[in-house]
Amino acid sequence: MEAIIQIEKLNLYYDTYHALKNVDLDIPEKTVTAFIGPSGCGKSTLLRTLNRMNDMIPATRIEGSVRIGGTEIYGEDVHVEALRKQVGMVFQQPNPFPKSIYDNIAYGPRLHGIKSKSDLDGIVEQSLKQAALWEEVKDYLKRSALSLSGGQQQRLCIARALAVQPDILLMDEATSALDPISTLKIEELVQELKSTYTIVMVTHNMHQAARVSGQTVFFLNGEVVESASTDVLFSTPSDARTEDYISGRFG
Amino acid sequence: MNKTSSVAGAPKQMTFRRSKTRLSDKIIPILLGMCALLSVVTTIGIVYTLLQESIIFFKEVPVWSFLTGTTWSPILPPKEFGVLPLLGGTLLITGIAILFAVPIGLACAIYLNEYAPARVRGVVKPVLEVLAGVPTIVYGYFALEAVTPFLQKIFPDMGIFNALSAGIVVGVMVLPMISSLSEDAMRAVPKTLRHGAYALGATRFEVALKIVLPAALSGVVSSFVLAFSRAIGETMIVTVAAGATPQLTLNPLESIQTMTSYIVQVSMGDVPRGTIEYGTIFAVGLTLFVITFLLNILAQWVARRFREEY
Repeated sequence: MEAIIQIEKLNLYYDTYHALKNVDLDIPEKTVTAFIGPSGCGKSTLLRTLNRMNDMIPATRIEGSVRIGGTEIYGEDVHVEALRKQVGMVFQQPNPFPKSIYDNIAYGPRLHGIKSKSDLDGIVEQSLKQAALWEEVKDYLKRSALSLSGGQQQRLCIARALAVQPDILLMDEATSALDPISTLKIEELVQELKSTYTIVMVTHNMHQAARVSGQTVFFLNGEVVESASTDVLFSTPSDARTEDYISGRFG
Repeated sequence: MNKTSSVAGAPKQMTFRRSKTRLSDKIIPILLGMCALLSVVTTIGIVYTLLQESIIFFKEVPVWSFLTGTTWSPILPPKEFGVLPLLGGTLLITGIAILFAVPIGLACAIYLNEYAPARVRGVVKPVLEVLAGVPTIVYGYFALEAVTPFLQKIFPDMGIFNALSAGIVVGVMVLPMISSLSEDAMRAVPKTLRHGAYALGATRFEVALKIVLPAALSGVVSSFVLAFSRAIGETMIVTVAAGATPQLTLNPLESIQTMTSYIVQVSMGDVPRGTIEYGTIFAVGLTLFVITFLLNILAQWVARRFREEY
């Protein structure tokens, strides 16, 4: 399968700290890829390079190549806003805007120029359905998004990201602030979404990676130690460090 | 069932008695309470004085004719006590000041918060706060000696004393209040909200205008109201630069008189105590007090009404 994200010899420095070392990685289209590894291993950093959210951290320096859909995203003429429209992101803490449920979803499409009420209504309904939230909120669209529970808020954030019709969805430990039932709902949702979207998720929870992903990448100290299909990586890891980590000997 | 884990004997005895009763625990709340009481007593004292003197005045001049009269001539005959020209002067100055300060102050706050590198912000913010500490008499002479001559190049017919120059400089005076308080309110908006918007492909300006500003609106609007009530009460700038011509006009190029500068004029000592002319300053002062009091209530209402929880 053709890789939609191709990373070659990527090095990233926060000031003098070498956060990503010589990363080579291909991520195939319409699959779920999980990044695992102990805290500070660089998995979230790599995720944030894919939609250039690292740009906001001062003194970040990048070498190497990241291509998405064949385009070098750190190239000169790249429009960061257009990139982020194609590469959506869901964060660790649910972060709905202090607006109504409807306006949260409509925010992105409005940014990108959709004004017609009927178009927006359609997008809001479709996005909420995709995020498995429609049935719970369809009668309360004018209510503040902050009145929702944590799990509902996170699904709202997923719907908000889907509303701008991205190709890729990045999830940065999107379930780590949620209870087990909400986590399960989001995992089921990810299974639904992978037929349409390329999903890259960072998780602290190895069982989650095993349950949800097709490909797993193990990080340690800023390096990619091993990248393989999830079944292979968890059953017959080729690197001793991977085996130590997944069997719980450290991390 | 024996729950203690000790090998043998009774568990360790503990006491939590204080060795001595501390006197300070009793005295300090009383001292602090008295300090709080002092400010309440002062406020009551001010209101009492204003009311007492005003009542004497309003026995001679009916409240209605005071509030609706369009001529203010308390010293020279024919004496008339219509406060509208003074109120109009005050509102003209305040209006000019707000028109000047709100857009610039807000732009300043957005720049400092969303665009300025930490280094620039570290310099500009303290400078703004110094601007807030400049004595207003200095601003008054700045209006008279610098701003008025400059404006006269644009409007050759404009007199030396005029509302425009004083109004702009009052705006300069309240500008730091608006930019600094608005910036604080915008800074308090969580970073995660900004990230959420950036991740959807929003530009910095879109994030500032559609996410940060609405979320900080209660703080921003209260800074406007505070600036408004500060501008209404401003005295020295208008006394020095706006003139002493009580007249009901909307033309900012003319000389006017505000409520505050009228009080200054009468308090200089030419008017004998106990006369009706002297009583006018309390009536005008009371009017000013009521207006700023209402504005403060408005500010609190606004802060509650526009609060977006995050």
